[in-house]
Amino acid sequence: MALELPDNVVITRLDDLVSWCRKNSLWPMPFATACCGIELMATGASRHDLARFGAEVFRFSPRQCDLMIVAGRVVMKMLPVLQRIWQQMHEPKWCISMGACASTGGVFDTYSVVQGIDRFIPVDMYVPGCPPRPEQLIQAIIDLQAKIQAEGTMFGREFTDPERQLPKRALRESVGGQ
Amino acid sequence: MTNQATIDRLLAAFPAVEPSEFRGQTRTVVPRESVFDALAFLKGDLGFDMLIDVTCVDYLAYRGARGRFGLVYLLLNTGSGERLVVRTFVDDPEPTVPSVVPLWEGANWLEREVWDLFGMRFEGHPDLRRIVLPEEFTAHPLRKDYPLQGRGERHNFPVITRAEG
Repeated sequence: MALELPDNVVITRLDDLVSWCRKNSLWPMPFATACCGIELMATGASRHDLARFGAEVFRFSPRQCDLMIVAGRVVMKMLPVLQRIWQQMHEPKWCISMGACASTGGVFDTYSVVQGIDRFIPVDMYVPGCPPRPEQLIQAIIDLQAKIQAEGTMFGREFTDPERQLPKRALRESVGGQ
Repeated sequence: MTNQATIDRLLAAFPAVEPSEFRGQTRTVVPRESVFDALAFLKGDLGFDMLIDVTCVDYLAYRGARGRFGLVYLLLNTGSGERLVVRTFVDDPEPTVPSVVPLWEGANWLEREVWDLFGMRFEGHPDLRRIVLPEEFTAHPLRKDYPLQGRGERHNFPVITRAEG
């Protein structure tokens, strides 16, 4: 039986609709601690214009954000702050680890620098580079949008997947091997 | 550059002081016992009214070292523009020197930093707490016998899961 629909009606899954809304209004929380933060600012400025992707509303309150961009090295004194801010953000939320230092510690293999934030908080997208160019960060946001659209659900069922429970590095280390 | 007259007056008051010169900078080595008196004399009588920095060098395994730690005071006479480096050698264990906070108020945080990173005790310091590292840190990481990558402090954190977040 063919369903007669008026021209101005579209049928879709609710999950898809919600994900479509979410992915196009990511509000970043700029956790900028080093030179990556400068590239992050450039990304938000007029030349690269993050507003084209609906993510220009940088908020400095974690309660209003759903995308944490960790830009720069995180030292051991800062990590409890990072974790606390991450916990204060509302679900659904995502995390981009921007640059070599946030992802691996970079060249700072010393006693005070955390060797990758993905040991301690969940990370959705990694951006390589030292620091990455704004284009690379924009690519990461585009990829994150694709990820949200592909797997997003209205009630965040994708986050209950045991694979995504632990930060990636911690998960790998808990099953053995470095 | 320091005037010869200044050095002569310092030597007259403290004969154990060893002056030397390198690339236009005048350095003096002062015995640990008389370092506070010498600094007080430099401030009160010779006009070195500004303490630029207090810092420290760990001479562990250094050839020809005269002590474990070399404590360095950089002084400036704002009237004449003279600068002077005052160094004193302090040995293990429990390296201790008198605090110069009574002379220069600004030494407070400088000495806290040296305590934090080198474990140098400053007797008479009003508030000798860590300044850079977290309070619960137990080591003094700029000492040469502290491993570069630490003793696991950087990995000693709870892991936040999605469910907790």
